Amino acid sequence: MTLPLVILLPFIGAVLTGWVARLGRMQAAWMAGLFTLLAVLALVPCVPLTVAGETVLWRLDWIPTSGLNLAFRLDGLGLLFAAMILGIGLLVILYARYYLPERDGLGRFYAYLLSFMGSMLGIVLAENVILLLMFWELTSLSSFLLISYSYRKPESRRGARMALTVTGLGGLALLGGLLLLGDMAGSYDLLIILTQGEIIRAHPLYTPMLVLILIGAFTKSAQFPFHFWLPHAMAAPTPVSAYLHSATLVKAGIFLLARLFPVLSGTPEWTWLVIGAGLTTLLVGAGIALFKHDLKGLLAYSTVSHLGLITLLFGLSTPLAAVAGVFHIFNHATFKASLFMAAGIIDHECGTRDMRRINGLWSFMPYTATLAMVAAASMAGVPLFNGFLSKEMFFAETADFSSGFDHGWVLPALVVAAGVMAVAYSLRFIHDVFFNGDPIDLPRTPHEPPFWMKAPVAVLVAICLLVGIVPALTVDPLLRMTVASVLQAPPPDFDLAIWHGFGLPVVMSLVALGGGLTIYALRRPLFRLAARLEGWLDARAIYEWVLAEMLLFARWFTRRLDSGSLQRLVLVLLLTVLGLGVFGFLGSGSPLTGTRSLLPVDGVSVAMTAVLIVVTLATVALHRRRFTALVIVGALGLLVALIFIQFSAPDLALTQLSVEVVTIVLLLLALYFLPQQSPRESSNLRRTRDALIAVLAGLGAGALTWAMLTRPFTSISDYFITHSLPGGGGANVVNVILVDFRGFDTLGEITVLALAGLGIHAMLYGLRLPGLTQDAEGRPWNWDTHPAIMAALARLLLPLALLVSIYIFLRGHNAPGGGFIAGLITAVALILQYLTNGVAWTHQRLSSNMLPLIGAGLLIATLTGLGSLVFGYPFLTSSFTHVHWPIIGDFELATAMLFDLGVYLVVVGATLLILIHLGLMHRATHPHAEPTP
Amino acid sequence: MLMLNTALAVAFGCVTAAIGLTVWRLLIGPDQPDRILALDTLYINAIALLVLLGIQFNSALYFEAAILIAMMGFVGTVALCKYILRGDIIE
Repeated sequence: MTLPLVILLPFIGAVLTGWVARLGRMQAAWMAGLFTLLAVLALVPCVPLTVAGETVLWRLDWIPTSGLNLAFRLDGLGLLFAAMILGIGLLVILYARYYLPERDGLGRFYAYLLSFMGSMLGIVLAENVILLLMFWELTSLSSFLLISYSYRKPESRRGARMALTVTGLGGLALLGGLLLLGDMAGSYDLLIILTQGEIIRAHPLYTPMLVLILIGAFTKSAQFPFHFWLPHAMAAPTPVSAYLHSATLVKAGIFLLARLFPVLSGTPEWTWLVIGAGLTTLLVGAGIALFKHDLKGLLAYSTVSHLGLITLLFGLSTPLAAVAGVFHIFNHATFKASLFMAAGIIDHECGTRDMRRINGLWSFMPYTATLAMVAAASMAGVPLFNGFLSKEMFFAETADFSSGFDHGWVLPALVVAAGVMAVAYSLRFIHDVFFNGDPIDLPRTPHEPPFWMKAPVAVLVAICLLVGIVPALTVDPLLRMTVASVLQAPPPDFDLAIWHGFGLPVVMSLVALGGGLTIYALRRPLFRLAARLEGWLDARAIYEWVLAEMLLFARWFTRRLDSGSLQRLVLVLLLTVLGLGVFGFLGSGSPLTGTRSLLPVDGVSVAMTAVLIVVTLATVALHRRRFTALVIVGALGLLVALIFIQFSAPDLALTQLSVEVVTIVLLLLALYFLPQQSPRESSNLRRTRDALIAVLAGLGAGALTWAMLTRPFTSISDYFITHSLPGGGGANVVNVILVDFRGFDTLGEITVLALAGLGIHAMLYGLRLPGLTQDAEGRPWNWDTHPAIMAALARLLLPLALLVSIYIFLRGHNAPGGGFIAGLITAVALILQYLTNGVAWTHQRLSSNMLPLIGAGLLIATLTGLGSLVFGYPFLTSSFTHVHWPIIGDFELATAMLFDLGVYLVVVGATLLILIHLGLMHRATHPHAEPTP
Repeated sequence: MLMLNTALAVAFGCVTAAIGLTVWRLLIGPDQPDRILALDTLYINAIALLVLLGIQFNSALYFEAAILIAMMGFVGTVALCKYILRGDIIE
């Protein structure tokens, strides 16, 4: 089955297009178009079945225990949306090629656009609702990237952030709603959910579930009161507006309403909430659209209004209203996308979008003007254009719905009022822009755009006309198929025709047209009134106020918990732990000393322990003299390593020794920029109190260790010790755990290490700090940067150290060692060269760019893991064999060793990257000293 | 064997005493080079201790740790000395 390919191909295309874009704009556009076409081709084999009325399903168990399956479905609704996403996507790719300025590489744009396309296809083809939610969130993310495409402009960043906040909030609500829904239906698969309508509607949690799902749908489809993000998202380049904000993204919420229509609709809660939101949005959007002077602003609010219209239709809950809703989804996508593209052409040609300045373009660009006027007429609902048909169905449905209520005239009246405003703003779009005198003070002289920029508009406008004139021949079958899948029942009887005979809908249409003309004629006093009301009840202001208040609250709350003083935090932590520990111990009633007998004590261990204690106390006493403290800490590290050796933890000891040196180097690098002494800041009383608490905490930890070590204790280590050799092929349990049993953890850890390295690389990039000009006693630094004897000696050490590290690496699987320790040894050996021979000398022989090394390491480790998938084993299963080599003897080869190689490379790369970058921070301010005579 | 055991016991005593004295020097200084030298000597004493342990328990693992200390200790000493010399250790 090719269904998953439809979703996968745009994502693959995104990566490839981003890569190909460096060859040129044309290549990028072709690559993006090619992958969209491939996705279309992948969709084609499934179409005949869907047209025949079946639902094409494809499924793969993913996490079946959680009800999460990688499952896709293609039914009529999905097909309609997929066709719109892919079809308009292709046109937008073509259009964007000519719209975006020449200096733009297009790679980033197409990569974002294709990943959005893939996410959107995922929403409409998902069979599992949790999967649907994941794609839902992906569209939020990819549209964030697209809106902020011109990220240097503050309004782009603000618009993108607002869209992400609002739709992200909706996504969270939707997650809750879908989890409830799946819980009620007993499955997260739509196949089952769609049959459980009655059970779900009768469920006690139906209302909270509905509200959560509706919040998700309304935020995405810009329904009141969440409508305000959409106009601000118009900071995106126009192709994005044409694609996301008219045809696809904003329809996702409505898609969800249509998808869950058979399950959720028909209850009073649904009717009131959905009709309420839809009607308010319809009116508010149309009202604001009329007064926008910005061309895209007008279209944005008109989109808000039309989305409200469709939502209102689904709120009516009748089958015929669903037909009208689906029909208007299609019509709105065609005429609004073409209008956005036309607006983009006008913006492109005039250099402004202000309708008070753009006038009389008819004489400059008659072709574009004709196309835009047809689309605008369709938006107004003029007969012979597709918008008329769905709008008349809309009028008919609202009139029909209201006839059963007292005051039933209210809804139709309000709906006609919205229709009046729609006609008025459409008329304004046509008359202000293309007629109404001459242009005023345009930055550029407009002329017809290139042919290929008009072509996508022409295609869409042609569809508007065809559907508008011969609906029965063009859109009828598509509509029936879609409605059948929305209703999960045979479609109701409906007749798509331009003339249904004289009735209420015709009157409503006529009133809308006549009223719109009148309002437009009266526009000047109305604009003056609007200018006075501007800023009144601005949804954006409310949003920003809420956001600011929330941030203030969060800051206040954090401050309450964390005063910024580490001492305070440690104090609270230690006291809590002490209190809980003492409470727990006293409550248990068990003795401190367990049943195990004590081991014999030898003199050397006692002496070493005594030395360790003395050195620790000395570190505390001398900690204000930082360099001295550092030297003593070095001794402390050595003593701890000796203890590890004594207690048979050779891996730990080797690691401790290597880490110790790296730590000393790191601290010395930092110390260079810091004061050499720690000032005394606390009072004596406070220090005494802190010392007392520290001693108590130490005693507590000691007592705990004592209690644990004197008791018989079995841990999970027996399992690993038994299975290490037969299961992982290595005798060194520690290493086998790292690269085999817990290989996935290790992969995560080296990824974190690589990210930390990258983060430090990014933060320190270009940073130059002033260092000390003299040492702690006020003497100037020595002139000899790299003493010759030391340099020569260190060079000799390098091959020896590398030999040891290779040895430790190779035998790591069976004896103490492995990639991590070997990597540290190599890194330390190379750092020694930096220390003694200097950066310049080392960089002549060793690349200064560590990023490829880190990347290669991660890649090797991941590919090794994936390799076992190829052979049908779980991720990162190790396989091994023992070979006998001459001279060397019996030798074991394991894929784990390849994985360990990845670990090794990442450790070497990240360690060097971090230390060398810290070391180079002051290159500019610390010139090489000249020898003093 | 008795001879070796006696020698080992004496050597352990000497090395332990050496460690104690080195730590004393590490703590009293008086100058930074004194401390660095003390740390380096401590590394060497640790190597000696490990080799003695290796002889006592007849195990090669101690020897490897000793090699590693020899290598790593040197790097630590170089880094500390470089700081005294130039402040800026990687330049």
